[in-house]
Amino acid sequence: MHLLKLESVSRDFDVSRPWLNRVIEREPRRILRAVDRVSFEVSKGETLALVGESGCGKSTVARLIAGLYAPSEGRIEFLGRRLQMIFQDPYASLNPRWRVRKIIAEPMMFLDGGKPIGELLVQVGLSPDDAERYPHEFSGGQRQRISIARALAGEPELLICDEPTSALDVSVQAQILNLMADLQERLGLTYLFISHNLAVVSLVADRVGVMYLGRIVELAPAAQLFAKPRHPYTRMLLDALPDLGMTGKSRTPVAGEVPNPLAPPAGCPFHPRCPHANDRCRVETPKFLNGVACHAVDEGRI
Amino acid sequence: MILEVKDLTVQFPTRRGALTAVDSISFSIAPGEVLGVVGESGAGKSITGLAVIGLLEPPGRIAAGEVRLEGRRIDSLRHEEMRRIRGRKIGVIFQDPLTSLNPLYTIGQQLEETILTHLPLNRNQARERALALLREVGIPAPEARYGAYPHHFSGGMRQRVVIALALAAEPRLLIADEPTTALDVSIQAQIIALIKRLAGERGAAVMLITHDMGVIAETAQRVAVMYAGRVVEIGPVRDVIHSPQHPYTVGLMGSIPRLGSQAKRLVQIDGAMPRLNAIPPGCAFNPRCPRRFERCVAERPHLLSAGTSRAACWLHASS
Repeated sequence: MHLLKLESVSRDFDVSRPWLNRVIEREPRRILRAVDRVSFEVSKGETLALVGESGCGKSTVARLIAGLYAPSEGRIEFLGRRLQMIFQDPYASLNPRWRVRKIIAEPMMFLDGGKPIGELLVQVGLSPDDAERYPHEFSGGQRQRISIARALAGEPELLICDEPTSALDVSVQAQILNLMADLQERLGLTYLFISHNLAVVSLVADRVGVMYLGRIVELAPAAQLFAKPRHPYTRMLLDALPDLGMTGKSRTPVAGEVPNPLAPPAGCPFHPRCPHANDRCRVETPKFLNGVACHAVDEGRI
Repeated sequence: MILEVKDLTVQFPTRRGALTAVDSISFSIAPGEVLGVVGESGAGKSITGLAVIGLLEPPGRIAAGEVRLEGRRIDSLRHEEMRRIRGRKIGVIFQDPLTSLNPLYTIGQQLEETILTHLPLNRNQARERALALLREVGIPAPEARYGAYPHHFSGGMRQRVVIALALAAEPRLLIADEPTTALDVSIQAQIIALIKRLAGERGAAVMLITHDMGVIAETAQRVAVMYAGRVVEIGPVRDVIHSPQHPYTVGLMGSIPRLGSQAKRLVQIDGAMPRLNAIPPGCAFNPRCPRRFERCVAERPHLLSAGTSRAACWLHASS
């Protein structure tokens, strides 16, 4: 039974220059398609991770689900009652003028009652006395704990975590990831986990969706995706990852960069960097079939 | 040795007394060697780098110790002299390429200017050299990009330009402070391959400062682990990663998520690194250390030999 379902969701942004410039310089409108026909389901109690490089649209998907943006096309279905979001930057996401008590209590406005603040703080590893302090008195890791406590205060079924540990040091990241795993087990939470860090994703995710230029190019159970990546882009990402075990060996550097999303390549958006691209890839956009969007995989070439 | 740092101490005077950001650390780097300096934010790794190149922001100052470049002491040099050495003998790469590039000049102008300042070449030769450098760092069609401004380039391309700038005068020492942190993984791999190749081919010494152990594992031969302004462990990369000797390094290595690991939880070091004004007596790590005993609270450990590495931990004191 799914808790969240996206059906062919797209989101366009108008990044045209001002009207006068367009008229004088005879420029057309410019539309950026940040998310392009993304579909997936998230079941209750699981963790689905979306990974990809900067600009691939993963954060836009998070914001679409949270309702911060409306989809331009497609449909988002959420069968729970409440969802909450945890953001990347714990310095920007807490109001510096509010005491922790007020920050955490904010989502409770929409509940009858709610848990005591002290209990929520203890749940994330802080002390009940911290409620009277201000955000600047806390370190980055503690602030992220406050963000989690605030999210939990709303008693959500789904937590959308947008790079929740990317701004933290590794030892603090470990504390937060462990905390999130404990909370999921204890409260039966469902996570949508957005990250660029494949190693973190391999630790937390049950299933993983890989995004490239606004599309999901591969979606598979985590164990399968990391053991047998199918899409050439997924393989490239895994190859590019520094590996602590193989000291001294060099990884395969990948050629090229993510193309400009304003002028995505025709056909498969990955074809200019793909070692397996052929004429079909340059013309025809691959459909998402059996968990992967790639002509080469579909034809059995790789 | 190209770089020798001995008992370097950096302090920031404040109204409530001096804060010690870097506390008598020593290391050296040989020609062609990459030394990784790893640690969490606030450990003092960037300050160490800035102290070596004489770019500490006042009121920060070198309170003790010495820095030698090819045997010559450079920490006591006057500003003007140090400026000539930087650029000529020391190349620097920072995390954000835009801090090293002037937005008002084309990258060609910036490269030419740097080359003319430091090398006895005329303008045409400088241009030739600039183009060769751009080609070397992997910028396609350098002739076409020569007149472009920094904002025309993507993040990865800008970092390549910065590397070309840093290498313009064939420096003996390259200081790279988080050179790949702002970049995507695929670009990261390209930049690392580049730095590694340059160290190997030109015999420069490289000090690679990063919080990313993965980057160190791939690039460095030796690694220094910093904690609260001190070097807690230094040794060959392979040994530090596979058999860390200091309890902090053990915790740090365990807290890094790895692909293919079956564990669902990470090793966790509770607590956080102390602030500079609250560094505990004895070993700075002792309040968080699972293996602490009396001596750790009373007496500060110096680097002791521990296998092929050296670790600042009383566990390695020969009794």
